[in-house]
Amino acid sequence: MIFPFNKNLARQWCRIGPRGIYGQSLLNLAEDFPDIFAVSADLGNSSGLDRFKGKYLDRFINIGIAEQNMIGFSSGLSTLGFNVFVSSFAPFITMRAGEQVRMNLSYMQSNVKIVAIGSGISMGFLGNSHFGLEDISIIRSLPNIPIISPSDCFEVYKSVEALAKYEGPAFLRLTGAAPSPIIHTEDYEFKIGKSIELLKGGDILILSHGTMVSNSLKAAQLLKEKHSINASVVNVHTLRPIDSELKDLIMKYPLIATVEEHFVSGGLGTIISELITSNFIQGAKLIKLGLPNNFLKSGTYEQLIKRYNLNPEGIANNIYENFVQI
Amino acid sequence: MNKIRSSSYEELISDALKVRLKILELAHSSGGGQHLGGGLSMVEIMCYIYSKVIDIESVKSKLKERNRFILSKGHGVLGFYPVLHHYGLISKENLLTYKKELSELISHPIRNLDNGIESSNGSLGHGLSYGSGIAYALKLKKFNSKVYVLIGDGECNEGSIWEAAMSSSSLKLDNLTCIIDCNLFQSDGKTSSIINQENLAQRWESFGWHVIEIDGHSFSDIDNAFSLFQPTNKPKLILAKTVKGKGVDFMENDNSWHHGRLTESLYQEAIQKLSS
Repeated sequence: MIFPFNKNLARQWCRIGPRGIYGQSLLNLAEDFPDIFAVSADLGNSSGLDRFKGKYLDRFINIGIAEQNMIGFSSGLSTLGFNVFVSSFAPFITMRAGEQVRMNLSYMQSNVKIVAIGSGISMGFLGNSHFGLEDISIIRSLPNIPIISPSDCFEVYKSVEALAKYEGPAFLRLTGAAPSPIIHTEDYEFKIGKSIELLKGGDILILSHGTMVSNSLKAAQLLKEKHSINASVVNVHTLRPIDSELKDLIMKYPLIATVEEHFVSGGLGTIISELITSNFIQGAKLIKLGLPNNFLKSGTYEQLIKRYNLNPEGIANNIYENFVQI
Repeated sequence: MNKIRSSSYEELISDALKVRLKILELAHSSGGGQHLGGGLSMVEIMCYIYSKVIDIESVKSKLKERNRFILSKGHGVLGFYPVLHHYGLISKENLLTYKKELSELISHPIRNLDNGIESSNGSLGHGLSYGSGIAYALKLKKFNSKVYVLIGDGECNEGSIWEAAMSSSSLKLDNLTCIIDCNLFQSDGKTSSIINQENLAQRWESFGWHVIEIDGHSFSDIDNAFSLFQPTNKPKLILAKTVKGKGVDFMENDNSWHHGRLTESLYQEAIQKLSS
């Protein structure tokens, strides 16, 4: 890292949002990592890559509106030693190009990093065609692809930095819009597969990723203020490989909640329920908060978050109702 | 690339015969259904590529600056593994593991540079994108190496082929050659009866490719097409007209041999026809 990260920068970055910061991160890292190459299916500017492609003309390609070709091309490109970052909207890059991802990244282990921009429901009025509701679920069904979902803009940078050093395929999921939440105001240790406990409390355990980490922290605050319930909040920024230490943590709590901007099935909620059943964790009680498994209504990002009870109040109420019943 | 001496054609014809015999032997010993038709139609093209275009030693040593071949029509392995064996990239012992438990030589290619296989295929329409990415990377590295991708005419039904066709010409990949094994059949029947692909050469031309139409069983034609001066800035498309099941008369143009079973008596008949 060639800059000191601090509160001021955190505020600036939050105004730029995760997509812009993705592009800036790549720009920032390109000098130290000469193998970095960026490809986009006509969403270079939407991926914040304007300055990157301006500075590194020979390390960027807009392959055209052709996601399947983008994945195959990038995979071939990577065989000569390039670490290829490809970006497009979550559904296009996971579904339109799904089989290319399966053959090239999962099967052949190409050194290609998929960056799903605008995942979750931040696309608001652009609607279901553009929402990332099942991207984790899809990528998780394909072997050998780590999945990272950063909680704020600084973690976007930390993720890109980690992936610049990582050899092999990976999936980076960007949720939220600008301004985006701030979780980190100073540098910290980011390790793929190692969750971060952001808040310690003894009553319930909240596991979250992406933008929902911020709302989970706010929900924890509400639970404490209104009901004197102390929640732990853990940022599970890596969904695969899942942090093996979560198993021990889960055993300590009477109630666990997963909170995510994804369909309730197939994402972190499913991952944790699988962790519980496959480890025979008896008596574990899990509530899965996320988006209902159906196409969603229209609205702004904020309206949708509220409608589907993923705002701090919605999360806190949901957890409280379940907590009083156990 | 220079044109080869015509005396070499005799040698290539002999290679092709040996490869076809090996194809039949392998299909027979392995048993069960085999993609014979499309394996037999590509033999001359493959013999030429592995004898004149690909430097075997550079593949063995995994030299970065090497010419590469991608079998996009992945079901064509019967026209691939025996060729790799014939030109010394896979051993006899390895070849005999074909379709045996745990083998890497199965009905579709698995990327394994130790076997000289550059990419995993099987699902159609993937190889040209992959090959074009390699071709672009070779240019970035300022290597003079070239990439050759073999696709089927049926495979041209896939939209991803045309995505790659568009981007390859836009990127001016004159180090990329795509060869169509145009045997006029696909799984369910004649390509013409399924999807209209009339004027296929012109279609590729209109996508910005330098197109050469040849008889895909004539070494003289193949040699001309590969050694022809390549206009700069354009990828090359060799439309090779071939016969599905080529070399075994009862298989030729009979699409039941797209995926057929070679019984003992048919095998004997086939090798007899081939040798005569």
